[in-house]
Amino acid sequence: MTSTRRTLSALLAAALVVAACGDDDDTAEPAPDPEGVAATSITMLTHDSFDVSEEVLAAFTEDTGVTVELLPSGDAGSMLNQAILTKGSPQGDVLFGVDSTFLSRALDEDLFLAYESPALEGVDESLVLDPEHRVTPIDTGDVCLNYDKAGLAEAGLEPPTDLADLADPAYAGTLVVENPATSSPGLAYLLATVAEFGEDGWQDHWRALRANDVEVAAGWEEAYYGSFSGAAGSPGDRPIVVSYASSPPAEVIFAEEPLDEAPTGVVEGSCYRQIEFAGILAGTEHEEAARQLIDFQLSPTFQEDVPLNMFVYPVIDVELPAEFVEHGAQPQDPYLLDADVVAENRDAWIEEWTEIVLR
Amino acid sequence: MSSLTVRGVSKAFGALTVLDGVDLTVEDGSTLALLGPSGSGKSTLLRIVAGLEQPDVGSVHLGGDEVTHRPAHRRGVGVVFQDQALFPHLDVAGNVGFGLRMAGVDRAERSVRVRDALGVVGLSGYEHRDPATLSGGEAQRVALARALAPRPEVVLLDEPLAALDQLLRERLLVELRSLFDELDVTVVAVTHDPTEAAALGDRIAVLLDGAIAQVGTPGEVIAAPVSTAVAGLVGQRNVLAGRVVEGGVETALGVLPVDVGRARGDVGVLVPPSALVPTSDGDVRSVVCGLLYRSGTPVAVVDAGGVMLDVLAEPRWAVGDAVALDVDPAGVHVMAR
Amino acid sequence: MNTAERTGRAPRAVTAAAFAVPVAFLGVFFAVPVATLISTGLRAGGRWDLGAVGEVLTSPTTRSVAWFTLWQAVLSTAVTVVAALPAAWLIGRIRFPGRSLLVAALIVPFVLPTVVVGTAFLAVLGPDGPVAALGGVVGFDVDLRRTATAVILAHVFFNYAVVARTVGATWMAVDPAAEDAARTLGADRWTTFRTVTLPQLRPALAGAASIVFLFTFTSFGVVKILGGPRIATIEVEIHRLTTQLLDLRTASVLSLLQLVAVIAALALYRRAGARRGSARTRAGRSVLHRPAGAEHWGVAATIASAALLVGVPIATLVWRSFDTAGGPGLGYYRALGSTGRGSALFVPPAEAVRNSLVIGAAAATTALVVGGLAAVGLHRLGGRARGVADSSFMLPLGVSAVTVGFGFLIALDEPPLDLRTSPLLIPAAQAVIAIPFVVRTLLPALDAVPARLREAAAALGAPPHRVWWEVDARLLRRPALGALGFAYAISLGEFGATVFIARADAPTVPVAIFRALSQPGALNVGQAMALSTVLLALTAAVMLLVDRVGDARVGGF
Repeated sequence: MTSTRRTLSALLAAALVVAACGDDDDTAEPAPDPEGVAATSITMLTHDSFDVSEEVLAAFTEDTGVTVELLPSGDAGSMLNQAILTKGSPQGDVLFGVDSTFLSRALDEDLFLAYESPALEGVDESLVLDPEHRVTPIDTGDVCLNYDKAGLAEAGLEPPTDLADLADPAYAGTLVVENPATSSPGLAYLLATVAEFGEDGWQDHWRALRANDVEVAAGWEEAYYGSFSGAAGSPGDRPIVVSYASSPPAEVIFAEEPLDEAPTGVVEGSCYRQIEFAGILAGTEHEEAARQLIDFQLSPTFQEDVPLNMFVYPVIDVELPAEFVEHGAQPQDPYLLDADVVAENRDAWIEEWTEIVLR
Repeated sequence: MSSLTVRGVSKAFGALTVLDGVDLTVEDGSTLALLGPSGSGKSTLLRIVAGLEQPDVGSVHLGGDEVTHRPAHRRGVGVVFQDQALFPHLDVAGNVGFGLRMAGVDRAERSVRVRDALGVVGLSGYEHRDPATLSGGEAQRVALARALAPRPEVVLLDEPLAALDQLLRERLLVELRSLFDELDVTVVAVTHDPTEAAALGDRIAVLLDGAIAQVGTPGEVIAAPVSTAVAGLVGQRNVLAGRVVEGGVETALGVLPVDVGRARGDVGVLVPPSALVPTSDGDVRSVVCGLLYRSGTPVAVVDAGGVMLDVLAEPRWAVGDAVALDVDPAGVHVMAR
Repeated sequence: MNTAERTGRAPRAVTAAAFAVPVAFLGVFFAVPVATLISTGLRAGGRWDLGAVGEVLTSPTTRSVAWFTLWQAVLSTAVTVVAALPAAWLIGRIRFPGRSLLVAALIVPFVLPTVVVGTAFLAVLGPDGPVAALGGVVGFDVDLRRTATAVILAHVFFNYAVVARTVGATWMAVDPAAEDAARTLGADRWTTFRTVTLPQLRPALAGAASIVFLFTFTSFGVVKILGGPRIATIEVEIHRLTTQLLDLRTASVLSLLQLVAVIAALALYRRAGARRGSARTRAGRSVLHRPAGAEHWGVAATIASAALLVGVPIATLVWRSFDTAGGPGLGYYRALGSTGRGSALFVPPAEAVRNSLVIGAAAATTALVVGGLAAVGLHRLGGRARGVADSSFMLPLGVSAVTVGFGFLIALDEPPLDLRTSPLLIPAAQAVIAIPFVVRTLLPALDAVPARLREAAAALGAPPHRVWWEVDARLLRRPALGALGFAYAISLGEFGATVFIARADAPTVPVAIFRALSQPGALNVGQAMALSTVLLALTAAVMLLVDRVGDARVGGF
């Protein structure tokens, strides 16, 4: 295969040069040259939800002389699968955003080089899921039920306090969830129910939810903007949605007009913890710079930037933005299943869930 | 000196032989009308001369040079297409000046020569007209001016007047003829219309089934076609089947005592209306079936025992009249069947 | 037959040269990646795992997905054809004020990104939308979100123009004299349409229908957004298997299955095309007339139905971009101009517009050059080879963007072709999608250049290259401009491939819309709507220009 590809490459290169001539324009920048600018530019693969302030990246470049190119590569699952397909000839040097539910797949494929960052000192040990340090925890997010304060009040309902409440016929027609097969928060919520009701008990809960007319959306956008009534400008009519602990602060921060109170709330007893990791991709030619980037992502500069850009929580002790303190929830005891258990059962659970809820 | 010579040209498209060993010579400054029915290969022959088509065998010579394999753009032959083929994206001047531009003639001289060429075809002042706004006759003149502007030695016309109405056609016919005489250019005009061929050509070449059947002056070809097929093509109507017998030719009108020359066996017999003389005791008994005018001359179509004949009509004849005719043997022409 | 063939001047060499660039281009950016991904999926331990084919094809999941894909495509196609036929009549026959605006507006949905349309349809069909309001009036609780009905309605919205423009152009070529003759022979309007007009339109109808079938069979974004989790087409399933489950084995079999269906649709299209010549009549004479008598009702009904099917979703989108919390206003548009949050991935929308314009220019130019050469090559080809080659250039329309994208990652990962992170990749990927449309516009135009004109030029002393330049190039200028504009519009709206390869720092407008929609908060949604409206206006402006300077055949099939 490889030799065929090489021959083909050589054959087609000339034609391509011709074809590419028309494309020259001022957005075209020279692709990073692996040899010439060694260790001064590295690429970080991320999922589409990744974001960081410009100044923060600039600070890293200033400190180390290393510039960072970001390469958003779809959602977390899509990004990881791309990395697996290009194993050995990676598109970048560092990957950010593999989360606890998919961690085992990444580790099984030997995608990453081990690196124990000295900055891990300040990180809670419970977040370090790989003892070999092939991945480093960077942030945590809590997937929680959000509710539309006005919407529930209108329906004469109190906000639920835990997962079991939603099986109550009083909450019929109020909940929209994401499909765990296609959505990361959807999977987290399924795992929350597994954690709550046990490996043999979650099925009955979902049967009850189905009887309660639970709505299933393909992804977070569809659920939050399409079906949830609490999102600004949403056409939706469901007052309860699976979203994040940080969604209410986001509603405040991105409100059209300043708000004193978030229009939505979080059911604190419903949260499942997701941990996002970064790792150095095997095959990188810039391992040293990649290590520096991992260290940097655990630095206060980066960690302080995380809440307002990605609406997740830092893993080291830094000050949170005011909106998070005021409107956000920080669940004390979120659900979290053992990574190995998740890895072993994930596909079977999704299959079983699909049978129960969708078919 | 011969300006254009075609030697032994054959051409087949797949299994269909279109031209089969055509020889043709056109004298310098003369006009040849290439007459043939549709499908006879006359347009293909024209295209071979123009260089738009390659012969399978044979050669084409222009002014003594063999040009068989010279591409069209290096032959210097003017072509006027049946549908004019004016460039829709250029105005009249752009069309007429096209060949000059290709020849590298500079702008100033070009505009002079375009004006001249338009003057020659009677379209002075038409320089900036859009071809789409021209009438059929005007378009044809522009196409002619375009072909003539580079002053080619040979001009080829493919059915030059087919798209025009009758009146316009006859007027243009006369104009064309005098124009060609005036310009002293060698012309080959392809047509299926014998009137057009006779009016345009110093000589007519009749092309039948891919071969030249007859070449001659219009008078020769029309009055003395070499075969019934040629006779039909040139518009002769009174063509009968005949057989050479002792003392003449046996036809449906009886044995005509004519000089058959070297003809033997089955022949075609042309009895032109002028050779059919109404006489009260004529041998040929017939009945008038119809009366019509051909170019202002009254003609009667009569049924002579199953044979339909054109006869010069007399004023008092009416449909249904019985008429007796005499055949003038001197006017009868015997040819190949 | 053309000049080169008749004069026997090395036509093969010219044809081969013309094909070299498009074949190389589509090879690198389409065929090799797709083939690589499929072979990766179907090879286990260095051997072909053909058992997978039977296994996947007989699984109940595959069967239910394939069945849904098929019936929704058939139904979508049928509804689109019926719904758009009156618009084709309007385009082909009637002169009225605002005609060119309407014709241009119709094509806008076709080039809008699915993410925008999906959002607009959610708003239209949701419980607060006009459909539900209408249902409320008659006492029904209507919520069409996450239903096959929603998917089919969106398909009609997207493909309305394909039928209207393709059939409309043919309708214009149908000689009204034949219709008049039928009327004088005692046929009423309906009988005349059925017995005289329709048979002449049938090839165009069949051609347009097979293209709509192709688009709806391979539908992705619409199904994903509007269909909800219970509904999946083969393409959605391929996406899920590839990006979420990394089950390349099943995905490869489904890709092959889809490819077979696409090739069948293209074969059908080609058959329809082969008979299309018969409907051509003499051009040049205007067949448009002002509506008379009962035709006024027809015009009104047609415009009303077009407004309902195409206008309402667009209007909803535009309305939402102005519908700020403080009442109607320009708040979201003002926000577009703000510098934003200074994050590394946030690109000011104005810059996204600039990116789109620049990338679009590159993509459209590439598509014109590559597609133009393909059209030249096809024009010179004869017989069966031409049909097959023609269809091959349309294959990219029927293959999942994710298959191409993932294939790219593993096929082209070595110098000199490691283009995975090259900025040239976006225009190249968009060009792959635009090329079929360029070919569809230029090939008929090229075929329509009278051979006589080329011969006349040659006879007047123009050597072959000047014949090409003086005749073909000049006559193709308007169609080429049209194709360029259409390719530009496609590039502006392209989302599926772009989102896959868009670089962090240079998102196009659709990618920026997508990013805005992935964040909670009213301002983000509002900005997404405002950006969508900007994109809509840009696209409409380009298409209006295309129809003005270019050729009305653009966007037809």
